[in-house]
Amino acid sequence: MKSTNKANTANLSRRRFIVGSATVAGGGLALGLPLPFGIDVAASSAAAASLAASGPEVNAWVVVMPDDRCVIRIARSEMGQGTMTGLAQLVVEELECDWAKVSAEFPTPGESVARKRVWGEMGTGGSRGIRTSQDYVRKGGAAARMMLLQAAADEWKVPVAELTVSNGVITHAASKRTTSYGKVAAAAAKLPAPDPATIKLKDPKDWKIAGKPMKRLDTAVKLDGQLVYAIDVKVPGMRCAAVKSCPVFGGKVVSFDQSKIAGRPGSPRAVEVDESTVAVVADTWWRAKTALDALPIVWDEGPGAAQSSATVAAHLKEGLTAPGAYAMRQEGDALKAIAGAAKKVEAVYSTPFLAHATMEPMNCTARITPERAEVWVATQNGEASLAALSEASGLPLEKCEVYKHLLGGGFGRRGGAQDYVRQSVAIAKQFPGVPIKMIWSREEDMTHDFYRPISQCRAAAGLDENGKLVGLHVRVSGQSINAFLNQAAAKDGRDDRQLQGYYAAVGDAQLGYTVPNLLIEYAMRNTHVPVGPWRGVNTNQNAVYMECFIDEVARAAGADPVEFRRALMQNHPKHLGVLNAVAAKAGWGKPLPAGVHRGVAQFMGYGSYSAAVAEVSVSDKGKLTVHRMVLGVNCGHAVNPDQIAAQVEGSVAYGLSATFYGECTVDKGRIAETNFHTYEILRLAAMPKVETVIVPTLDFWGGVGEPTICVVAPAVLNAITAATGKPVRSLPLKNLQMV
Amino acid sequence: MATLNINGKVHEVAVEADTPLLWVIREQVGLTGTKYGCGVAQCGACSVHINGEVQRSCSIPVSAVSATDRIVTIEGLSASASDPVQQAWAALDVPQCGYCQSGQIMAAAALLRKKPNPTDADIDESMTNICRCGTYQRIRAAVHMAAGMKVAAAGATTPKTATPGGGS
Repeated sequence: MKSTNKANTANLSRRRFIVGSATVAGGGLALGLPLPFGIDVAASSAAAASLAASGPEVNAWVVVMPDDRCVIRIARSEMGQGTMTGLAQLVVEELECDWAKVSAEFPTPGESVARKRVWGEMGTGGSRGIRTSQDYVRKGGAAARMMLLQAAADEWKVPVAELTVSNGVITHAASKRTTSYGKVAAAAAKLPAPDPATIKLKDPKDWKIAGKPMKRLDTAVKLDGQLVYAIDVKVPGMRCAAVKSCPVFGGKVVSFDQSKIAGRPGSPRAVEVDESTVAVVADTWWRAKTALDALPIVWDEGPGAAQSSATVAAHLKEGLTAPGAYAMRQEGDALKAIAGAAKKVEAVYSTPFLAHATMEPMNCTARITPERAEVWVATQNGEASLAALSEASGLPLEKCEVYKHLLGGGFGRRGGAQDYVRQSVAIAKQFPGVPIKMIWSREEDMTHDFYRPISQCRAAAGLDENGKLVGLHVRVSGQSINAFLNQAAAKDGRDDRQLQGYYAAVGDAQLGYTVPNLLIEYAMRNTHVPVGPWRGVNTNQNAVYMECFIDEVARAAGADPVEFRRALMQNHPKHLGVLNAVAAKAGWGKPLPAGVHRGVAQFMGYGSYSAAVAEVSVSDKGKLTVHRMVLGVNCGHAVNPDQIAAQVEGSVAYGLSATFYGECTVDKGRIAETNFHTYEILRLAAMPKVETVIVPTLDFWGGVGEPTICVVAPAVLNAITAATGKPVRSLPLKNLQMV
Repeated sequence: MATLNINGKVHEVAVEADTPLLWVIREQVGLTGTKYGCGVAQCGACSVHINGEVQRSCSIPVSAVSATDRIVTIEGLSASASDPVQQAWAALDVPQCGYCQSGQIMAAAALLRKKPNPTDADIDESMTNICRCGTYQRIRAAVHMAAGMKVAAAGATTPKTATPGGGS
């Protein structure tokens, strides 16, 4: 067993691909990111090159070089969210090596399969990167430390309990001897792994590396153009492909006229990719793209061509009142309580389809021979990429390999679907042995996404004569992600996921309010538009509905929005704790400059509790400015507070882009917005000042990448209402000429 | 055929005249730090300097660039990422995914050359590149920090040689 591991270690080391190198050599390559923290930017390239040497693998998570540098293996994907650094911190905390000598690398999915998934799940979505692997990666670090200490004890013939370690230096105080991890690593690698029952993890209160604002391991390579993203990959002999799918979802290719691109530069050749997609392959991408633009393609657009935003909206509206909706929560009798209430409040809300618009458009490089299939790709799920590669190439898993690159944005687009991997493989299969780099144009990327599902919501509430909430009815009508991607979870329209954030169960996405009579329903209304998870998934829409409506109800009750919420949150101390922290930091209730107004929201998703206060003004001409946002999060443990703050700042930008501008409309069955001029993204000038309040309670592990987005829009919308007296019930604000 | 001066090196490239400079830089010259994001001069991921001015290379045909124009890409901005902008970006851990950051850094470096001590309003006006991860708050802080580093560097040397953008 051990010899197998050693063989694999050598293999992996040979395969390590240094991020800084501009050209990928052939053969199997694991993407390494050997960037020691603490060195200056100038030294990073040299350090990267020198770290390509192999060293003993103490266990799957830890390789120690003879000169004490430690390579930490990271199974999850890095797409900017900082998971790589956070996971390394957790391993190193237990390993007790010198953080200044730490680098990280990604084992390949093929390597993982060959080693019986020793690194566990590679999927990086649902803000799970750290929270669902923290336990075993910490144990991996601790086990490596125990083996390294044992190796030193064996060498000195002293009891291991007499040894101490700090920053990778092992000391035996009684005999005044010291050694280092690098010196004992080879011996340690030969030892059996410790009994899992003997591995004791540190109390987080004693953390020195984890829990601290360590600098990211991947910053230096992102400052001078040296990082090779998947779109930058160069493989010897490579040709490039541009693709075009039928603009109408569900449409098909009828024919294309190869002769019309004959003789163009770069020897372009058009090929059918799948029933809906045509590619042109040429020597460069620009030549492929321009040839594709010149290629006449006849499409059968199919029945989807009859659909428009108006038909979709009508379909959803019907679901707001139609019989047969799925009642996920039915506590007391909400309809009766509302009907008999002293005061009733009702509102209908809507949110649109949204594109992910990662800055790096979808792309994948594939090389397929009869014996081997390889892809170079940005993926949130390396194993899903491997499975897609195997399926599309027809080769078994063991003949397939995926080289994971750091992602130029993920946001859920590069997770389970893997459509772009299948496409590139379908093209490359037609050019055996020739590496094909397929890149989508921005237009292709924006019009062939898996969009955030469109939905509407009808909410009704009843207040008693004292302004107390006695009944709440929320019905969401809209498209189901599960119906599109995972039909078993949406059987008969019973799709809890579309009601994310309204759950009764503790721990994941629990509604933070206790209402005596509560009815939460979902009416599944699907369309021909493909949908998928979009950073924050359904918490974003559902928080708008719940939190804007609760504000409307508070106003009807004549109550302060924070006080009204507090009264409903007494059974939900964690939700309340974050709300209180944010209200305190924002100075809720204290005077504001003339014309500035506040709004508040709180919600839960991905195991974490979030709240926000927005400060906005609305000009005489109705134009909105968001001045300041205070966001709070309780994610249980804060592995890297600075990176949590970065994610919170990023969530404000992501949430405001959607709030201000985000909308994909349907025209003749296709998405009308094709690029950033019509699908606008927030720019720096509109970015408010963001203050982050992290209030970890250390008794659970929650996510970070997604949970705070959902409170951004409702806090801003509630502040607008505070400013104008008029509720905003439909997004985006550009349609109201407010931005 | 075109002759391009990129990062102080002359490149002869065989390419159609209407090929965007971005794709010549990436595909013919082989410098991939300059990114494709939109192709329509909206996002700025493709920003380079041409004769000191920041330009969106995706929308400039290679025929519009002459052999005497000095093109600088992210790879040529400084030796060993030593430009104050790059140092400030590192100090504040600005990048998340990093894909847009070549363009952001080139835009910031050009801004500081024109306005060594920019106000927030100057930054709002000049830093118009899209960052989908939303690093704007740190970009703003890093531009101010880089400006401070330049001022400090200028104070430490003789004023004559401390030209903005001297990059050392």
